[in-house]
Amino acid sequence: MDLGSFLVQLLNAVQYGLLLFLIASGLTLVFGIMGVINLAHGSFYMIGAYLAWSLAGKIGSFWFALPVGVLLTVALGMLIEWLLIARLYARDHLYQVLLTYGLILAFEELRGMIWGNDVHGIPVPAPFTGSIPLTETLAYPVYRLWISAVVLALAVAMYLLIQRTRLGMMIRAGASNREMVQSLGINIRMLYRFVFAFGVALAAFAGMISAPVSSVFPGMGGQVLIVSFVVVVIGGIGSVKGALVAAILIGLVDTFGKVTTLELGGLRVLPDLAGMAMYLLMAGVLLWRPEGIFGKRL
Amino acid sequence: MTSLIEARGIHTYYGASHILHGVDLALAPGETLGLMGRNGMGKSTLLKSILGLVRPRSGTVRVKGADMTRSAPHRIALAGVAYVPEGRGIFPNLSVHENLVMAARAGARGQRDWTLERVLAAFPRLRERIGHGGGQLSGGEQQMLTIGRALLTNPDVLILDEATEGLAPLVSREIWRIVREIKASGIATIIVDKNFRAVTAIADRAMILVKGSVVFEGPSERLRGDPSIRERYLGV
Repeated sequence: MDLGSFLVQLLNAVQYGLLLFLIASGLTLVFGIMGVINLAHGSFYMIGAYLAWSLAGKIGSFWFALPVGVLLTVALGMLIEWLLIARLYARDHLYQVLLTYGLILAFEELRGMIWGNDVHGIPVPAPFTGSIPLTETLAYPVYRLWISAVVLALAVAMYLLIQRTRLGMMIRAGASNREMVQSLGINIRMLYRFVFAFGVALAAFAGMISAPVSSVFPGMGGQVLIVSFVVVVIGGIGSVKGALVAAILIGLVDTFGKVTTLELGGLRVLPDLAGMAMYLLMAGVLLWRPEGIFGKRL
Repeated sequence: MTSLIEARGIHTYYGASHILHGVDLALAPGETLGLMGRNGMGKSTLLKSILGLVRPRSGTVRVKGADMTRSAPHRIALAGVAYVPEGRGIFPNLSVHENLVMAARAGARGQRDWTLERVLAAFPRLRERIGHGGGQLSGGEQQMLTIGRALLTNPDVLILDEATEGLAPLVSREIWRIVREIKASGIATIIVDKNFRAVTAIADRAMILVKGSVVFEGPSERLRGDPSIRERYLGV
């Protein structure tokens, strides 16, 4: 591999990793703070992508579709928390798994009814349609760079929100002692509703911004759900920082696994087994640190 | 004058076990009430029933005259009732500074008597530890942190459950000093503590619970002057 294609793959890996982080951060927040296992998280990613496609078509602009889509998914998140999730905080995780699995099925069905079962695509929106030439033959799409920049900006904003604001303090405090937070005069139900809706909106936003670079199709939520859980487990449950590191690691392992050729004892290991790479990474990390890279000691 | 807190006929259950058997409790503005009783007599349950953390099966809890029996715990807190729980309840994943300011606000009457500066002046130890994680503090420091955090919500009532439990005598004395300062500042308090001498010294009125019922209620002096009550119900 020459330097030019290495650079392209590196950018791809980082962009994929950052997008994964955006999806997984919502999952790890909701899990770490509220103790809710949300299997429907991938569905929100799918809903985001379909919303971007359908709203961009209706409004005529991808850039207007984004804020409208975010508002809609925040509202959806609040509704689902209020209607369903709030009833399960006191219950065992199994109930949450059952409920959110049911949500996956319901969302798939609704998606079929509203948007159909076809595969769609969205054109890359202006002004990011161009590419930046890296070498004489290789170029890198500007839109992908934009995705990376937006996710990095969001990561910084999330860090500041959680670490530096009173709202962030309340959210972190709620993760350690719910009852005490309430007795300090904080409405924890509203706080959790906000956290859940925020997580939903993060996944949906990831779906929206990735729609122009990947197709919009039924079942797209299932793929990202599994990878997101791997990210959460590697990074440490509840750790946003861990999710960032783990997502970038998976981005690198997955991307380079697919473009590297490796033979061991006459067997072609890579790229044939590249799909397994992230699971091997997870197994390795768990052997080294069962609580994940930035997880709390179990 | 209306009571700050008025609980009437509180019956509270944990599952099938009947913990409180029709308890009445009233607290006047600025008053200090000592709540005593041996372990498992229902003191903490009574406090939690008042705070909305446990739902009484029957009875009413009024805060400043308003019925708050079924109110969410945060509504009761916003009405001016602050809680320092048994076992302290600090947030170990937040720094000392964050623990203090996370819930700081003006009181129910808009008062801002307790500021971060005043709390740090009252607890110099916390100022030294301000950047540390809550989980790194000693037991006594954690207790100071919980009390300071409660004061920063500028409450009208402070409920202290076993605030000196497990603390070294010197640290306990420090806590009692601050409780006296809180009393002097006009905040009404309900104090649950095993230290009979210290409680009756500071409390205007005392209450003793035995198996979920009130067996004594009256001025602290009467309790101090009558060793037989003490021996019978507290075993001190």
